[in-house]
Amino acid sequence: MTELPKIVPLSQRSRRDFIKGALLAGVATSCAPLDPFTALGKTETAASGEMVKLLSVTGEIIEVDKAYLKPVPEMPVSNDEARKGMPGKKFVMVIDLAHCHNLKKCQSACNHAHFVHDHQNWIKVYPMQEAEHTAPYWQPTTCMHCEDPPCVKVCPVDATFKRQDGIVLIDSDRCIGCRFCMAACPYSTRVFNWEKPMLTPDELAVQYSPETSCPPKIGTVSKCDFCPDMTRKGELPHCVSACPNGVFYFGDMNEDVVTNGTDTVRFSELIRDRSGYRLMEDLGTKPSVYYLPPVDRLFPFEDGLKTKEEKHS
Amino acid sequence: MKTEIDNQIVQDLMPQKFGRPGVIWTTILIILCVIGFGAYISQLRNGLVVTAMRDYASWGIYISNFVFFVAISLVGSLITAIFRLTNVQWRTPLTRISEIIAVAAIIFASLAIIVDMGRPDRFYHLFLFARLQSPIMWDVIVITTYLTLSVLFLYFPLLPDLPILIKNYKGSKFEMWLYKFLGSFWKGTAAQRLMSHRAVKIISIMIIPIALSIHTVTSWLFATTYRPGWDSTNFGAYFVSGAFLVGAGGVVVAMFVFRKYYKLEKYITEKHFDHMGKILVMLALLYLYFNVNEYLVPAFKMKKAEEHHLMSLFTGNYSLLFWSVILLGMIVPVIVLLFPKGRKPTTMFIMGMFVVVGAWFKRFLIVTPTLLSPFLPIYDVPESYGKYFPTWEEWAITIGTLAGALLIITIFVRLFPIIPIHETIEEADVKHKMI
Repeated sequence: MTELPKIVPLSQRSRRDFIKGALLAGVATSCAPLDPFTALGKTETAASGEMVKLLSVTGEIIEVDKAYLKPVPEMPVSNDEARKGMPGKKFVMVIDLAHCHNLKKCQSACNHAHFVHDHQNWIKVYPMQEAEHTAPYWQPTTCMHCEDPPCVKVCPVDATFKRQDGIVLIDSDRCIGCRFCMAACPYSTRVFNWEKPMLTPDELAVQYSPETSCPPKIGTVSKCDFCPDMTRKGELPHCVSACPNGVFYFGDMNEDVVTNGTDTVRFSELIRDRSGYRLMEDLGTKPSVYYLPPVDRLFPFEDGLKTKEEKHS
Repeated sequence: MKTEIDNQIVQDLMPQKFGRPGVIWTTILIILCVIGFGAYISQLRNGLVVTAMRDYASWGIYISNFVFFVAISLVGSLITAIFRLTNVQWRTPLTRISEIIAVAAIIFASLAIIVDMGRPDRFYHLFLFARLQSPIMWDVIVITTYLTLSVLFLYFPLLPDLPILIKNYKGSKFEMWLYKFLGSFWKGTAAQRLMSHRAVKIISIMIIPIALSIHTVTSWLFATTYRPGWDSTNFGAYFVSGAFLVGAGGVVVAMFVFRKYYKLEKYITEKHFDHMGKILVMLALLYLYFNVNEYLVPAFKMKKAEEHHLMSLFTGNYSLLFWSVILLGMIVPVIVLLFPKGRKPTTMFIMGMFVVVGAWFKRFLIVTPTLLSPFLPIYDVPESYGKYFPTWEEWAITIGTLAGALLIITIFVRLFPIIPIHETIEEADVKHKMI
């Protein structure tokens, strides 16, 4: 993947054309009239006569009529690729409890992106209070993407799996719906599609991938997937970018960098300076999600109890 | 004199046509099965949403019913194998009863687990993508092994009876065809008898570890998780002891019914009930012992995570059911059956019913309350998710599977002698010679 194609030296004139073509190729691909993605192959596109030069995958310069250029449909990665994960990465999340006051923007953004309905939220924001006299706080939970995931251990068909980049995903085309993983998960993070998911025709038409978890399928388990499709595009998971208070930091442990969209910080320093911890450490699941304790809270706990409408006004 | 006794035995133990009660009973079972099947069709159409299971109570009575079937099937190995190996003389009339209970139960255990699957259409994935590290795969392996061994264990001792049936029984064309198909090759030669004897002996030995495994592995479906109420090293032994109890209870109920209906008082005597009563007491005490371990030790500590679960059983939503099961399903049978009068057939039958029904609800108490006591609080879901009461579809399907198992037993009894004829004759001969 890091290997660059051999570039053929070009004359001044053709180089300009080439750059133009390359720019077009950024959003488009040279296509033979037979389009593999749609049935349009049958309907002939009239040649415009205007030719553009493109660099083929083998490193040759080729010339294609502009009319044949089509944007690449956004295709998810193959199932094999989705099971392997991204090499060299180790994704990690840090949730800053001092900044959360139950706005639930993370939840609604997540639900919207993954066609999740209200009663099966992947992200939950729990009101927590350890003991009678301790301070209450809001605790958002995602899938913990454990290092030793109990759900993966018990799956009889390898429908839920752990990737090299640390993400735990579900293959809804493989899942048999035994729900053993739900019983095994101590974080209650998994939800089940008890009925046929209510989806619009557009949502239904989406090409399924374990990386997008969309569209959800009846009789299978779903959960937070750390949005690997977004990461592949170089973007942040939906919850991270949706939170106005910068509660969620997301990043790569190998690079030792996490960001909440505005601040980009060293993961190790953040965890060290603000005494990061993980949930239910005693179980030995080794989550990839860290928490920063709810000290010096930005908002009083009661703020989070107000209804949505009040918060907006 | 000898042949007279033999003829009498053959005559007494021949399969009998259903009387009026038999026809009514069978019809009711078939109707229940059909209703259950209809409910299952509705579940296939609409998904598991027709059940009351939701994201917290993600396992309900389908799973507890599955555990119940696996549990009761253990009796096959208890009565046939353990008693055979330890040379318990009075077991003969009970062996076939317990073995058909085992076969019927294990068949419906497999069906019950399919019923619980969200995607039964992908059942083959279990074989195509099998992952050996999952306790479900262990269960698939041991259950299929146990089913195979149990069927053989039912079939081999049946072989010598088949020629007797072919010779003496005037059945329908189908019945005669069935007997010939299954056993016309059995001539009772010395070589055949030796082979059968050896096979049965090997199976008796093999089936014991397999039987212990099926229920131990089933307990591991729970014990391999972190959940309060399941996270216990006691679980294998706890499940196995409970399984022997319910199995013995099931045999007591069945032997009472067959004895009464087929007038087998000469063969299933009060002595048999007396023996089984003593065994029930022992097994109930054993199960009680494990229950004490299972609940009292965590209750002594009352760890925070356990507290919610334990309190829901002791004083909360499930307390009535919990204490009824402990009391009626274990303590009362122990007390009643300690007395010789309590071990008479009728009280034995009632106590057997207590044990079996108690055991069914006990499995429910093991499965669902734990799921409703998660580590993080039940939150941000519709209020109904915090409770579980089965829907009519779940009841219909579950009752359908129970009726189905009873139907298999009923049909078997209609077609084959429920008490082994050949073995009974042999024993009578031995007795005769001694006199």
